[in-house]
Amino acid sequence: MIRVDIKKQIGRLEFSLNKTFGDGITLISGPSGAGKTTLLKMIAGLIKPDEGIIAFNNLPWFDSRVRINVQPQYRKIGFVFQDYALFPNMSVRQHLEYATTDIAWIERLLKLGRLENFATQRPHQLSGGQQQRLAILRALAIKPQLILMDEPFSALDQKTKTTLIAELQIIFKELKVPILIVSHNPQDIAGIYDDEMAIE
Amino acid sequence: MDLSPLILSLKLGAVTTLILLVIGLPLAWGLSGRRSLFKLIIEAIVTMPLVLPPSVLGFYLLVAFSPEQGFGKWLHKVFDLQLVFSFKGLVLASAIYSLPFMVSPVKSAFQQLPVSLAQASYTLGKTRWQTFWHVLLPNIKPTLITAAVLTFAHTLGEFGVVLMIGGNIPGVTRVASIAVYNSVEQMEYATANVYSFCLLAITFIMVLGVFIYNKYQVKGPLD
Repeated sequence: MIRVDIKKQIGRLEFSLNKTFGDGITLISGPSGAGKTTLLKMIAGLIKPDEGIIAFNNLPWFDSRVRINVQPQYRKIGFVFQDYALFPNMSVRQHLEYATTDIAWIERLLKLGRLENFATQRPHQLSGGQQQRLAILRALAIKPQLILMDEPFSALDQKTKTTLIAELQIIFKELKVPILIVSHNPQDIAGIYDDEMAIE
Repeated sequence: MDLSPLILSLKLGAVTTLILLVIGLPLAWGLSGRRSLFKLIIEAIVTMPLVLPPSVLGFYLLVAFSPEQGFGKWLHKVFDLQLVFSFKGLVLASAIYSLPFMVSPVKSAFQQLPVSLAQASYTLGKTRWQTFWHVLLPNIKPTLITAAVLTFAHTLGEFGVVLMIGGNIPGVTRVASIAVYNSVEQMEYATANVYSFCLLAITFIMVLGVFIYNKYQVKGPLD
């Protein structure tokens, strides 16, 4: 469970949110510039809110009143970035090895993302869909306690999307962690999310 | 023919480049982050050698490190360190003079990396130092090599600042650029030509090598 009660000035707009996210999958939708990515980055500790509270399972990650701000390294969040944020100097396998030393888990992830045959390839040698899958696998590699996904399926074709989502659901059930998915297109994950929130 | 000026120049270039890699990289990384007045002041100081006449920089270094007064006197008294008219002094002056050639391109390269690269590394539990070493630095390698080569080449070509603080002591501070000047003053044009051609050839080969390296580093998505 994540409790978010924060305010943040973004340019001329004031972003404010008071919401408790449950343990299932929550879809976050809204128009461009509404602050969806900023919200995910504030939860991850990559952007500091101006004031408020962010608590995970009642443990404060951010509390402006008592000046608590847990660094992103200690939040154990699997973050899928909209631009993938893949490391150009690392191969597919090196991305996962950078995140975890669990070899069996790495092999399983490679199989899940159908990237076993591309393990030695670098991001610029992968297609857009493969890059996006790698970004998802890297986020899962740390066995996160919370998963934040920013437009995670936008570059995938329908067939790959359907297959990957079905396989991800198995992993999600196994990890049993809350998942927040930002998506412009709710149809992408229709039927798999438990809750929905629109940011205006 | 005396080869010591060329050897001294190469030694000075190598030591200066090594020192600037150690000092310049963290400095460039620090300056590449969010701007503040303090950072702007540091950046202005780092950039000064680019626009300042070398003789002016050399003069102030000469005054600052003179063993007769102030800081130089203190260094001499406490550490028995004399920087004026010594190779150590040349290294210090060269490091200051070539600092912008290392810091400016590396800082720009860090700024051009997407901020999400470092953020992704942080979410994987990596510290700032691990992120710097494993993610940021390898992804600016072409710029890093270019900056190191330019620093080396620029140090080879220094004249004014080196002459001011080091003088013209054979085997100690007479680097190739000063040897050229010395030879011309003594009407030894053939010697001056050899030194000049060596400097020209070394710098040309180095710069060409960097251009060739960078050409093959920049790959398209379909390469």
